[in-house]
Amino acid sequence: MTEVAINRAGSASGPATAPVPATGVAPLVAVENLRVSFPASGVEAVRGVSLSIAPGECVALVGESGSGKSVTARALIGLAGPGARVRASAFRVGGGDALTFGPREWRRLRGRFAGLVLQDALVSLDPLRTVGAEITEVLAEHDVVPRPARPERVRALLEAVGVRDPEVRARQHPHQLSGGLRQRALIASAIAAEPELLIADEPTTALDVTVQAQILRLLADRKAAGTALLMISHDLAVVAAVADRVLVMRDGVVVEDGPAREVLTAPRHDYTRALLAAVPSASPRRSASPVPSASPVPSASPVPRRPGRSQKADPHGADPRGAVLAATGLSVAYGSRTAVDDVSFRLHAGETLGVVGESGSGKTTLARLALGLLAPDAGEVTLRGGPWSGLPERRRRPLRPAVQVIAQNPLDSFDPRHTVGRLVADPLSALPRPRRRERAIELLGRVGLPPELLGRRPRELSGGQRQRVAIARALASRPEVLICDEPVSALDVSIQAQVLDLLAEIQAEDGTALLFISHDLGVVRHLSDRVLVMKDGRVVEEGDAHEVFLRPRHPYTRELLAAVPRLPE
Amino acid sequence: MTAAPPAPRPPISRPPRPHPPWSRPSWPRPPAWLGAPLRRLVSAAAVLWAAATTAYAALLLAPGDTVDLLVGDGADTPEIRAQIVAEWGLDRPEAVRYLSYLGRLLHGDLGRSYQLQQDVGEVLAGQVGPTARLTLAAAAVGVALAFALAVATAGRSAWPRRIVSAAELVAVSVPQFVIGIVLLFVFSFSLGWFPVSGAADPQALVLPALALGLPVAGVLGQVLREGLERALEQPFVVTARSRGLGERAVVARHALRHALLPAVTLTGWFTGVLLGGAVITEALFGRPGLGRVAMQAVSAKDMPVVMAVVILSAAVYVTISVLLDLAYRIIDPRLRSA
Repeated sequence: MTEVAINRAGSASGPATAPVPATGVAPLVAVENLRVSFPASGVEAVRGVSLSIAPGECVALVGESGSGKSVTARALIGLAGPGARVRASAFRVGGGDALTFGPREWRRLRGRFAGLVLQDALVSLDPLRTVGAEITEVLAEHDVVPRPARPERVRALLEAVGVRDPEVRARQHPHQLSGGLRQRALIASAIAAEPELLIADEPTTALDVTVQAQILRLLADRKAAGTALLMISHDLAVVAAVADRVLVMRDGVVVEDGPAREVLTAPRHDYTRALLAAVPSASPRRSASPVPSASPVPSASPVPRRPGRSQKADPHGADPRGAVLAATGLSVAYGSRTAVDDVSFRLHAGETLGVVGESGSGKTTLARLALGLLAPDAGEVTLRGGPWSGLPERRRRPLRPAVQVIAQNPLDSFDPRHTVGRLVADPLSALPRPRRRERAIELLGRVGLPPELLGRRPRELSGGQRQRVAIARALASRPEVLICDEPVSALDVSIQAQVLDLLAEIQAEDGTALLFISHDLGVVRHLSDRVLVMKDGRVVEEGDAHEVFLRPRHPYTRELLAAVPRLPE
Repeated sequence: MTAAPPAPRPPISRPPRPHPPWSRPSWPRPPAWLGAPLRRLVSAAAVLWAAATTAYAALLLAPGDTVDLLVGDGADTPEIRAQIVAEWGLDRPEAVRYLSYLGRLLHGDLGRSYQLQQDVGEVLAGQVGPTARLTLAAAAVGVALAFALAVATAGRSAWPRRIVSAAELVAVSVPQFVIGIVLLFVFSFSLGWFPVSGAADPQALVLPALALGLPVAGVLGQVLREGLERALEQPFVVTARSRGLGERAVVARHALRHALLPAVTLTGWFTGVLLGGAVITEALFGRPGLGRVAMQAVSAKDMPVVMAVVILSAAVYVTISVLLDLAYRIIDPRLRSA
């Protein structure tokens, strides 16, 4: 029994476990006209979705946040959420009529018939329990193997998902494992009872690109071993490699449904086309938003590449050598760990320097050094040729308006109780009060937001609006350098594209220098003139963005580029 | 117990950030396996020393002659005065006096009550039992009630949750002595189920334990429910449910442990409530115990006993908070060094 299961989990499966053809077999899940509403809040999250999954098939649900894709998937195992009202004209799951299921029937199906893998295993596995305990829980709940055999089965499962030293790992807690390892452990717990269907809800979204590639391979292996997959993702490129069929969702409705290749290469619906066009990696260095952005400033003209940028007249008088912000030999260590190791860069007016690297590569530390929030152990940062990192804070403060930051999640960097007006006007304390309001409206206009938003609070804004407010606030002090730390990572692709366009516009108008930090190579490629590739605190490759992405020299850069999921051409 | 000891704050209540870029350690840390517990013990010792010194300073700084203060309202004869001068070293330099006081404390010698003509240690030893019984019973009542109510009502918006949380609010806001009087009135005077006073039989423990434990149950119940509800919204609960776990298993195996963390933080606070409340509760129910001894000592100005009670409370408090620190580490693996 154990042996069979392990073979099944491995990638080298025999003919007996080959994928079942999708036709002529009763589907695992068949739902027609699924509607999920939350009467308490009056939200109708899913409005008439029909979906079927055949044994061994991989179906992908793609859409942006709020499209209803997660709720749809969770409704299939009766976990639509507290207070959810689920209706359907037909709803069959695992051979039973789900419309008649009570809690007991649902519980029998969960884990056994369908396993669920969520986004971030750091919080999707119980952080207070060991990985082994979490996997054992499934084995015990469905009595998959008798108690004495469970530790051995846990070991076998971890091994099957590619975890080395499974005995050691089973005794560890999620926070002791790397992102990739704990995602593997989460998958091991989802497949422990050998379900026929694996539901993976954004299974790679929290992961670095190379780790993402590994997890996608693992999911493909599961599919090859005969498990049906329901993949939920906001990223079309991620599902491209695995999916047989793609359903594109928007506002609770499936707008397009077809074989993966067709949907990805010859989309019929405008929204699918817009989504595909918005994937930044598909469109190096041009306007990314397929629809004109909401900004009043015309964005139709893509930002042209200007070779002689540094010659551009600088209103603040950049230093003769042209670099607004320059770093030489920066090093910082936290305790015994070196976060940034001998990093140098020069950032000219009107230029974008992209910094790419995976988590832990020192990108954010570099941003903090550039902002003068962290003193380097060695090396120096200069602003307009004058001292910056070496200054005492009291003397740095008058210069701070020149260097502003845009953070990943404005919800964390805004005071949630302040209104948009107050947030934007915060750096304008030098202006008289009535002028402040005027200027705030002006700034909102620049980032394409109507003045009505002045009285709103961050929570009442959409993700894209929040990031625009963050940009408006950064622009308030007329900075020469904008440091963007993962500014679009928390946004949907279409919104991402608009925000990137906005940044490019602002740069074209003001000649602002951008230090643009991201783990997303597509995004960096889209915006940068030059790039630094960081690994373990060091710069492994540096150069013209076009060159680096086209002809990467360092093996690590090549590895990163190879790991980026691609849409079929 | 009347004078609250300087409360050592339970220090850690959030997961540690291994390398916070904004607060770099400015001194080399001791080895990880030794570091936290050792630092904790050093700070515990410092708190005890501070409590002892505060008590000593109160004695020195109080207006009037130190010998008069130590005698209090007790028999004041030349022999006793001479004995005090000798025992407290009042004829010697101040530094020596202070050090010998600390030295005596280190040896467990709490001094002598000249009013009761008894060693303070003996006075307290006879009273620790009843107080320990009362506070432990009250803690048990509070914790058990809080758990039962929180688990039964967490995450439900129905009316039982509203009623329970209203009851908790009442229990928190009404002073202990009022609760005690109401309990006495209903269960002793009217119904006659429990004795009015004394500590002779176990039944006499019921009402005082309730009076002391209900406010604890009120606060702890609210914190636990809040923690449970927050935990039940976490993704790992969705994962647990997706494995086929029932509601009870989800709460018992996953959510409850997360809810415990903030509740454990409160344990330090309710130790203080229980120790302080014991004074009033013992007086109200006519029970023997440290609280009553402290009351009598204060009103009779029996300074050596008051000082000893202050130091003893500090010791209990410090011990509990060291134990809490250990409990955090057991409950939350993220707090153990990786």
